[in-house]
Amino acid sequence: MNTLLNCQKGCSVHVKKLHADCALKQRLISFGVMKGVSISVLEHAPKKKTIEIKVGKMRLALRDVEAQMIEVEEDE
Amino acid sequence: MSKETVEKVCPITANHIKVALVGQPNVGKSMLINSVSNAHLHVGNFSGVTVDKTEVLFDYNEYHFTVVDLPGTYAFTDYTIEEKVTHKYLCDEDYDLIINVLDSTNLEKNLQLTSELLTMNKKIVIALNMSDEAEKEGIYIDEKYMSELLGVPCIKVSAAAKTGIEELIENVVSIYTKEKVDPKLIFSEAVEEEIEKIISFLQKHHYEANNSYRNVAINLLQNKEKTYNRISKKPLWTELQPLVVEALYHIELHHNTDDIKEAFAEEYASFTRGIAQEVIRQETKKENKTLTEKIDNILIHPFFGIPIFLFFMWSLFQLTFEIGALPMAYIDSFFGWFGEILGSTISNEAIRSLVVDGIVGGVGAVILFVPNIIILFVGIALLETTGYMSRVAFLLDGFFHKFGLHGQSFIPLVTGFGCSIPAYMSARILKNDRDRLLTLFIIGFMSCGARLPVYVLFAGAFFSPEMAGNILFAIYITGVIIGLVAAKVLKMTAFKGVDEPFVMEMPKYRLPSLKLIWHTVLGETMMYLKKAGTFIAGAAMLIWFLSNYPHNLSLEKEYAQKIEHASSQKQKVVLENKLQGSLLEQSYLGQMGKFTEPLFKPLGFDWKMSVALQAGVAAKEVIVSTLGVLYSLGADVDEKSNSLAKAISKNIPFASAVSFIVVIMIYLPCFAASIVFTREAGGIKYFFYLFALTSITAYVLAFIAYRVTLLLT
Repeated sequence: MNTLLNCQKGCSVHVKKLHADCALKQRLISFGVMKGVSISVLEHAPKKKTIEIKVGKMRLALRDVEAQMIEVEEDE
Repeated sequence: MSKETVEKVCPITANHIKVALVGQPNVGKSMLINSVSNAHLHVGNFSGVTVDKTEVLFDYNEYHFTVVDLPGTYAFTDYTIEEKVTHKYLCDEDYDLIINVLDSTNLEKNLQLTSELLTMNKKIVIALNMSDEAEKEGIYIDEKYMSELLGVPCIKVSAAAKTGIEELIENVVSIYTKEKVDPKLIFSEAVEEEIEKIISFLQKHHYEANNSYRNVAINLLQNKEKTYNRISKKPLWTELQPLVVEALYHIELHHNTDDIKEAFAEEYASFTRGIAQEVIRQETKKENKTLTEKIDNILIHPFFGIPIFLFFMWSLFQLTFEIGALPMAYIDSFFGWFGEILGSTISNEAIRSLVVDGIVGGVGAVILFVPNIIILFVGIALLETTGYMSRVAFLLDGFFHKFGLHGQSFIPLVTGFGCSIPAYMSARILKNDRDRLLTLFIIGFMSCGARLPVYVLFAGAFFSPEMAGNILFAIYITGVIIGLVAAKVLKMTAFKGVDEPFVMEMPKYRLPSLKLIWHTVLGETMMYLKKAGTFIAGAAMLIWFLSNYPHNLSLEKEYAQKIEHASSQKQKVVLENKLQGSLLEQSYLGQMGKFTEPLFKPLGFDWKMSVALQAGVAAKEVIVSTLGVLYSLGADVDEKSNSLAKAISKNIPFASAVSFIVVIMIYLPCFAASIVFTREAGGIKYFFYLFALTSITAYVLAFIAYRVTLLLT
């Protein structure tokens, strides 16, 4: 499974499925991270512990664990 | 609290409009209120500045307005405490209409919340905030068309430039006086079909609703508990239920998911996408990197990010000491001069001593540090308003996580450098109760602004001015490290459990407005001065009284004879000081200090330090004023060393000073902060835990620091 955590810095992908529990899924959705949305990876913190992504016009910080729950597909 | 003020200021009349201000975090709700009413609410550039609702009152023409500033919420999800506060208020409280504040530069995301608000049975006015900023970015919104599409008035405003404010208020008034019009929220065909079925069922059975049938249907499909609770008590429920179950099944099938909430999120998203596409005209600029991205390339660089942050903090403490020291000599000599002038007008010796040594000495010692406080608060205000705070949370999350803390804990922790009270409140941005409690326990380890005077005093007393700034930085960093270790220990013992997810918005960088910083810093400084004038002055008087009474006449007589027979002037001064010293030792305060001295003996404290420390539980500023009173009355202060710093370096051994600082860093926060802590933690038992944790840690570490320093020096 290709997850957001595997993505290189600067890549752009779109979300295929959220593998999070209900509360976290709601949280991600309220930030605009949901099925079909395109995301680009902006920055990795040291050791990829935290990553910064861009969803629409918003920049969002996620931890490695959360990024792993977001299944993505490369944009064609 | 606020209910009472409402009644006092403006009685509930026909012309009273109560407005709930709602929006996503960091869209400028508080700033909008400030522009509308000239209030001075705290404004920052990160989510979670407003953690509790605040009410602001103002008049416009013949109308009385009460505006309730609710904490920002991304959606109706009850994820954090602040979101719960907002959601509960909107559902349960009594108010006339909602002003929904949107960030014009990010309309589509902001409309998510709007679309949820439209399902409530309330009148709504939309404020398109930051419209000036949006136009600078080449985003043009057709607000007329948008009003038409949503069926809700949309008004362009800018809280920063104060434009459109009047139009907004006029629209609020006109919506208030008119009948409610149902807003236009349209879903996909599949969902509309199911809604239609439920509506016609409700119509057929003449269901008595307190909301439109359409909204009842939408809420049923979204599994809203309240709607269920109401309708499931009615006999028609037995027939309605299978209808709803089938509808949900159809919608889930249509969205290819087993989660109805996800399905509705997609519905709302496509609605808002549609609206945004219709009303926004964006000038196609070249896909340049935005300024924020350019700055971020440097500030959150994987290798340089953290060193840059540490450099900023180090500079702040250098500045705090260096620039703060400049006016100190003037303030000090002003209070010396002022005390003398005032003293010469008072003939009664006891009253003169009370005024000069007690009040002027005590309050002067606290006011001396106003320049330092101002610089520290400017630094924190810059951190808050520029948007850098969230970057640091991003950088430090990996590191913090190792210690069992959450990256977002950084925000309350930094606030804690200013004052622990708002820090305790802002810990509410943490969703998980365990994480929040852990952060609450750690906040006290971040030395608050009121402790700064003690550090400045001691650093200045024992180190050269070039070193003192570094020492100050070292003290703060040590506090942080002790806090982190304490967090790790607590996480492994008392707060075991799974980690809270870390999902945080990184706001755009904004140039801090001078006015904003001015208001924040002015507010904090005035609070400090007010405290100095009232509470600290009172405490200084009490300390003065306790250190001057009871009088010992025989001792005074004995020394008076000795002084008279003294051969030289120098001997007279020595005797005079000796008398003062003996008198102080047998005063109430001396007795108290002596009584607790054995407890603090292992830490190297004399009784004066013990007393100052205990007085500091009331408020940390009292420590310095107490030291001021005690050492200006004390034995070994000759006429040359009238400044407190000199008195301290002369009377307190270095090792004792080190252990004193360690205790100040760690022990119980002041009385007011402890009350807020207890309230936020949710029970008196947590106060006792905090007391035990801080006292034991402080005592043990101070003992170690004392012994180690003794060995080294």
